[in-house]
Amino acid sequence: MIEHRSHTYGVLGEFDTEHQLCHAARAAREAGWVHIEGYTPFPVEALSDALGLKRNKVPLVTLIGGLIGGLGGFYFQYWCNVYSYPMNIGGRPLNSWPAFIPVTFELTVLGASLAAVFGMLALNGLPEPYHPLFNIDRFVKHATTDKFFLCIEARDKKFNVEDAKRFFEGVHATNVSEVQDD
Amino acid sequence: MSANQPPVNSPEIRRLPRVLEPGHDYATVTDKIASIVLTRPISLGWLAGFGLAFSVVMMLNVAVAWLIIKGVGIWSINIPVGWGFAIVNFVWWIGIGHAGTLISAILFLLNQKWRTSINRFAEAMTLFAVACAGLFPLIHTGRPWMAYYMFPYPSTMGIWPQFRSPLIWDVFAVSTYGTVSLLFWFVGLIPDLATLRDHAIGKPKQIIYGMLALGWRGSARHWHRYQSAYLLLAGLATPLVLSVHTVVSFDFAIAIVPGWHTTIFPPYFVAGAIYSGFAMVLTIAIPLRAAYGLQDFITMRHLENMAKVMLATGLIVAYGYFFEFFLSLYSGQKFDVFLVHQRLHGPYNYYYFALILCNILTPQLLWFQKVRTNVAVLFVMSLVINTGMWLERFVIVVISLARDFMPSAWGRYSATVWDYATFVGTLGLFTMLLFLFVRVLPAISIAEMRELVHQTSEEHE
Repeated sequence: MIEHRSHTYGVLGEFDTEHQLCHAARAAREAGWVHIEGYTPFPVEALSDALGLKRNKVPLVTLIGGLIGGLGGFYFQYWCNVYSYPMNIGGRPLNSWPAFIPVTFELTVLGASLAAVFGMLALNGLPEPYHPLFNIDRFVKHATTDKFFLCIEARDKKFNVEDAKRFFEGVHATNVSEVQDD
Repeated sequence: MSANQPPVNSPEIRRLPRVLEPGHDYATVTDKIASIVLTRPISLGWLAGFGLAFSVVMMLNVAVAWLIIKGVGIWSINIPVGWGFAIVNFVWWIGIGHAGTLISAILFLLNQKWRTSINRFAEAMTLFAVACAGLFPLIHTGRPWMAYYMFPYPSTMGIWPQFRSPLIWDVFAVSTYGTVSLLFWFVGLIPDLATLRDHAIGKPKQIIYGMLALGWRGSARHWHRYQSAYLLLAGLATPLVLSVHTVVSFDFAIAIVPGWHTTIFPPYFVAGAIYSGFAMVLTIAIPLRAAYGLQDFITMRHLENMAKVMLATGLIVAYGYFFEFFLSLYSGQKFDVFLVHQRLHGPYNYYYFALILCNILTPQLLWFQKVRTNVAVLFVMSLVINTGMWLERFVIVVISLARDFMPSAWGRYSATVWDYATFVGTLGLFTMLLFLFVRVLPAISIAEMRELVHQTSEEHE
């Protein structure tokens, strides 16, 4: 039943410096590939520009988390003290809002932080224990250490293995390999 | 990380010692830091230190078990001094944690490159300090198994916690602080865990680090979102860290006890927290860099900068002490005036003088560069400041409570062996966790060090 036991995920090129990687990424985009991805051992801001990454959704998710935490936290205290179990202590107002601010603040920060972290992980599709790139030995040994990689992915309409390999040779990749997904 | 760095060739920059010694590339920083965890055999010194700390933790277990069997009566708390060591230690530990967040969040926002090599273990220190701090109010409740009463849960009694009470604010502040510190620390660790996964030898290590790394592979899109999340977390942790010790100071300032009921408390508590926290970072950093040969990464520049932060926050604390007295005297309230007299001439006045010596007089030596660059002196001074900050909390809690309003209600306080066993026990717990930490996780952020290598090499081009 399983016809394609093994298919190509993409073609991976290795570079020694982030400048070469950024140059290659820009060239790949100019050549018309859309589904390309860079891999670096530390964040390289120039690469985000080279890949044309736009603003991401993490700040929005964080804002929503913070609003839920803050409004929910305040409303919860309000509800407890005004509806659920109102207690008249010396004629003070039931909704004594200044006293609710510290907890509201803490819950705002908590909601925003949880949203930032779990939102970032979810948008990144992590945790993801298996990835086809982990089949490439040099990627495993160097991608999180000292080398810079660019992958032209097979899901790109324009993709074929030969073109991609020729492209990487053209931009002086030190190593080129075809990534199999099996 | 890209914004306004001063021009590299300005004389000001050249004068400063480096934040990273030359001759390192991406691979060497990775190997140097990862090898401590992955390949370095367990040394006799580590084993001895860990063993000692572990036996102290056993003492903590005994102390806490006896406390649970007998109740808080085994401590010397009484009426009027109902808070005693438990709250002194709680405030002290929480304060120590603050430097970790300050280094990782505030210095990150301020774009201070020198934070890079110290932020990881400073964050670990925060977590462990918060764990030690959290223990004290928990066991101080007397029935720790009912501590969940402090959280709002729909109980059959239909009542809710008193949200107008600073003690409940404290529950929320400290638990939020613990959670956010853990998240911040873990997010910072993800790329390093991936590095460890890729360098680990043997299946068990690969699987454990692999699970923790969540499949991180350094993709540009991932980094893009990761950096947003990290920046946002730093921005969120900054007001949080200020709020936590403010709320802790509210535990005191909201009450009407003379010596507590003062508006100087929140800023003075926050400054004191950062002061003691930096002292603790030095206490840990100095032996750590010596034991694992990390002098290239934790340079004199780091130690000197931390000494400067201690000097600055120490002066704020001194200002706080001054204004505490000034406001008491200026108020004309006889109980407040009496408190000043108590501190200077009362039964615990030697604690107060020791506090002034440790926290105000000794740190003045930090004005001299010779002192700031002398590792041994700095180490001793960090211990002195930590002692001083503990004394400060003792003075605030015990002296104020022991003699408040009516002489007939006055009392005395002297700690029992169980008080000391619990306090020393948490020191052991803290040390043990640090010993474990340096063996199983990278004590310096590898990914950020690579970034630093990248930046310093760009500057030299």
